Amino acid sequence: MNPRLYPLYATVAIFLLACLICYIQFPYMASTRVLGNLLTDNAYLGIAAVGMTIVILSGGIDLSVGSVIAFSGVFIAVLLRDTNLPTPVIFALLLAVTTGFGAAMGGLIHALAMPPFIVTLAGMFLARGAAYMLTIDSVPIDDPFYEMMRAYYLMPGKGRLTLIGVVMLLSFAVGMLIAHRTRFGASVYALGGGQNTARLMGVKVGQTTVGIYAFSGFMAGLSGIVFSVYTGSGYPLATVGTELTAIAAVVIGGTLLTGGSGYVFGTFIGVMTMGLIQTYIVFDGTLSSWWTKIVIGGLLLLFIVLQKGLLRLTTVRFGGSAA
Amino acid sequence: MLLTIRSLTKTFPGTVALDDVKFDLAAGEVHALLGENGAGKSTLIKCLTGAYRPDAGEITLDGRRIAPRSTGEAQELGIGTVYQEVNLLPNLTVAQNLCFGREPRRFGMVSSRGTKAMAEEMLEGYGLDIDVSRDLGTYSVAIQQIVAIARAVALSGKVLILDEPTASLDAREVEMLFDVVRGLRDKGLGIVFVSHFLDQVFDLSDRVTVLRNGNHVVTEDIAALNRVRLIEHMLGHALEHEVEDHTTPHDGTAPEREAMLHFTDMGKRGVIESFDLDIRKGEVVGLAGLLGSGRTESAELLFGLRGATSGTARDQSGPLKLDSPRAAIGAGFGFAPEDRKTDGIVADLSVRENIALALQARRGWARAIPKAEQAKLADMYIRRLDIRTSDAEKAVGDLSGGNQQKVVLARWLAMNPRFLILDEPTRGIDVGAHAEILRLIHELTAEGMSLLVISSELDELIAVSDRVIVVRDRRHVAELTGADVSTETIVRAIAQHGEPRDGEAA
Amino acid sequence: MPPSLRRVMPQVVTLLAVCGLVTVFFPGFLEIHMSDGRLVGPVIDILKRSAPVALLATGMTLVIATRGIDLSVGTVMAICGAVAAWAIAGGMGLGAAVALALGAGLLAGLWNGTLVAVIGIQPIVATLILMTAGRGIAQLITEGRILTFTHPGFAWFGSGTLFGIPVPAVIWIVTGILVAQLMRRTALGLLVEAIGINRRASALAGVNALVLLIAVYMASGLCAALAGIITTADIRGADANNAGLWLELDAILAVVIGGNSLLGGRFSVAASLLGALIIQTIDTGILLAGFPSEYNLVIKAGLVVIILVLQSPRIATEWYFWRRSVTEGPPPVSRAKEEAR
Repeated sequence: MNPRLYPLYATVAIFLLACLICYIQFPYMASTRVLGNLLTDNAYLGIAAVGMTIVILSGGIDLSVGSVIAFSGVFIAVLLRDTNLPTPVIFALLLAVTTGFGAAMGGLIHALAMPPFIVTLAGMFLARGAAYMLTIDSVPIDDPFYEMMRAYYLMPGKGRLTLIGVVMLLSFAVGMLIAHRTRFGASVYALGGGQNTARLMGVKVGQTTVGIYAFSGFMAGLSGIVFSVYTGSGYPLATVGTELTAIAAVVIGGTLLTGGSGYVFGTFIGVMTMGLIQTYIVFDGTLSSWWTKIVIGGLLLLFIVLQKGLLRLTTVRFGGSAA
Repeated sequence: MLLTIRSLTKTFPGTVALDDVKFDLAAGEVHALLGENGAGKSTLIKCLTGAYRPDAGEITLDGRRIAPRSTGEAQELGIGTVYQEVNLLPNLTVAQNLCFGREPRRFGMVSSRGTKAMAEEMLEGYGLDIDVSRDLGTYSVAIQQIVAIARAVALSGKVLILDEPTASLDAREVEMLFDVVRGLRDKGLGIVFVSHFLDQVFDLSDRVTVLRNGNHVVTEDIAALNRVRLIEHMLGHALEHEVEDHTTPHDGTAPEREAMLHFTDMGKRGVIESFDLDIRKGEVVGLAGLLGSGRTESAELLFGLRGATSGTARDQSGPLKLDSPRAAIGAGFGFAPEDRKTDGIVADLSVRENIALALQARRGWARAIPKAEQAKLADMYIRRLDIRTSDAEKAVGDLSGGNQQKVVLARWLAMNPRFLILDEPTRGIDVGAHAEILRLIHELTAEGMSLLVISSELDELIAVSDRVIVVRDRRHVAELTGADVSTETIVRAIAQHGEPRDGEAA
Repeated sequence: MPPSLRRVMPQVVTLLAVCGLVTVFFPGFLEIHMSDGRLVGPVIDILKRSAPVALLATGMTLVIATRGIDLSVGTVMAICGAVAAWAIAGGMGLGAAVALALGAGLLAGLWNGTLVAVIGIQPIVATLILMTAGRGIAQLITEGRILTFTHPGFAWFGSGTLFGIPVPAVIWIVTGILVAQLMRRTALGLLVEAIGINRRASALAGVNALVLLIAVYMASGLCAALAGIITTADIRGADANNAGLWLELDAILAVVIGGNSLLGGRFSVAASLLGALIIQTIDTGILLAGFPSEYNLVIKAGLVVIILVLQSPRIATEWYFWRRSVTEGPPPVSRAKEEAR
């Protein structure tokens, strides 16, 4: 058994435990309705978290995600309102913009050799500022294409599997493929294992870095599209702090924040776990919603301590060599 | 000749790293590259591997002139390198590491089954029986190094450069590695072996080239050389009688010294078995043994670095508590660690600050040592230890390895400990500076300091120690005094069955 | 030029440049006049408004110098503000409220410091935990409402003046000076830098790295508590949702503008404080110059990029080699090569 899988097992175990607790308290929760809502409500977060996983696996971080999502919504809403461009074209334009934005950040990170934290922090300011500059108020979206996007498939048990829920699932599938079955994915893990070593092994560090943040930008844009479908509007003050929620999902999913180790599937479980906690609190009704934050904080602590313990158990100690 | 280098020159602002150097390598030979730190070895290697572009000269491989501009290009031309810090990724599997960049693909996606098969094929003939689907980091350094070699050879196949590959290996692992290298040599590979372990150079190589200060000194067949002549080439003058001058007499003329420190039953479960140790005032106790035998761990226990699970310490006035470095320092101990880069120097701080650091830490955070006083202290030790630096405000990370070592020593000397532990004090230092350190140790003991010296250089250990304790397999197995202190007896005590070993060249 | 002045020169120049730029658009920028015994003017306004970021940046400088980071300071601000408001609304005196709030900040710092120094969790992760859970804690204390109160004594912290200068400005300036002096007059500065550059080597040299690390995080918590008290006093209420939101990022920005490396080591509190002033001047300057405040963020982003370029090690190396080649000429060559020519 590969010790690398232990954090993932822990993640799944905690998720199952959470399911069990929910089921015991509220048996009603075991319905496709809840499942469908879970997928739909967390679709935007899940998609963003896929991009974040890839970034964190490479040893980096992307603080701009929340702002890019808000920017996306505003961009779409304003273009829909002010131009005659067909909606799919607007989507394509948006994705091009966010991907290019991500690529630019990746390029800066590589060219300037500066910590991703600060560069993506600048990106966060820039994206949020750009959103403000487009509009200060919320802009509603009224568009026939959007009606289509709200389609859903009725599952047995009256649960709704929405299109955006499916998009999230597909995003995770794509993320998993990229991480484990492409050379790019191997390069991502390599960078997370050590930038200099990766370079010596032949990884094109600059190209890969640009690709990583471009991918995160693309996912943020896609998440923005999904979020605008979900809320029906573009609002520049939306999704403040989403990047941190995404990071929390990635950590709870078993990925090391230092990079090099983790699974995209784990992030999916992490997102579902966080969604489950939220649902539980809503069902309960008596617990104030800020308990969500406290519980998630507690989960984070648990996972991080777990990861530390596992790291100690599985690393071979050798004298003199650099890790 | 497989590889020829002529007139290679490489300069950096302020220094000439390589000056008109020549070197050649035949197919099917192991050619050792020797030289002190700063001689130009690593610059030469970097020119070969494309990390540097030489300013002048030519490199010819298989009759064709080459000028690699990157490690990738050098690899494609046939030159592969394995470094001391294994340059593979511990968080990926063995198979992924071996096949990185050339993973077999199916329908555009990487095939894990194909990768596994490719990896196993690459490892054939290397004598390893490992599961290639496990993370590389779960295997020992020696195995990781062989995997690195397998990858380098598979990718390049003509020239293999081994840059200090054995520094982290114990004797058994070194033999395993050397068997692999000999196998590759017999297959026709040309191997460049960079090392400062002279024994290993004599053991493995066919020819030797010595560089000094960026110049080519000599290239000879190993059979025509012995250690003394080799060191002469490297240093430019004979070391031996320097060592002799400073050798502690082992003929019973040593004065009787008072016992000062008593360590009883010191041990840590799983790390080192309990040992007793008495330290007398002004004596030097040497700790000999192979890498991994427990020497450093013993020293760390004495300094409070590892939680001892058993044992007590006592001096003339009563029991001593040694549960942390601070406690040990409080008891008058000092410890100059083996790895000065990670454990010794604080790189961005100045020489002055590094020297004053331990003193300041002992004084506490509230009472700062005035800068003038620190400067005086630093100047005193710069002179006493001959630390080569333009001034005391220079960042210690900018100094050469030997001078960094001296700064660490100065830090401890400033504390005036009664018991100083030196872990490999001459490792990675030019041969010339070794004699200086040995001289210093003699001075210190004359002033009444007691020392515990760990060293893999048996000659030097014998030269300074009053008695030698041999450590083997995490146990203190023998204590040698008087006439018993000699290379032969030490080596015999380290080996298991008591028969003499050929450790040294003629 | 004394080295300490030389260290902050870039920041001073930047601040002056920004002030100059604002004056171009708003000529009355540098005017100060007395009114009712208090100093009034845009510059005074900036001094007052930069208090939260300046205080956070003071503690953050120390944490970053140890190669760490404290993402929780904004949240701790909210918690401490909530504690103070709760205490006052509950009838406790001014002294008790302030003491409790400061105590909460120290406690938060102790928590963070223990996670980092004792358990060995990465600082970004350790403080992320409090950052996430902390909002919930603050909301718990205020029960989700904005806790308002009236207490003239407490309100003085936010809107009072001392010798005409707004109290928040006095607090951050005094705190900054105290901390900077403490670092340089004692050995604390050296020891903090040492553990930031190489914790293991410092510990081996006898530095009490564990206690020092916990202490810097507690200092950061204390600064956050002060900032929380000021903010709460200023709006006469504790808003658990919004107090200190994203201020930690502004604080980190201030530290970076101050030329302090995120990788730890040498630090300058004064430079970070100048960084905080620069940020606030830009914020206010944009408003005064008539630009919509939305431009704020974009300009901040641009500023960060410029600073990154200037601080980039790669650029520094290029600049160094260019300068040397200009001043020293080509490097020496061997005789053989000369003869070959």
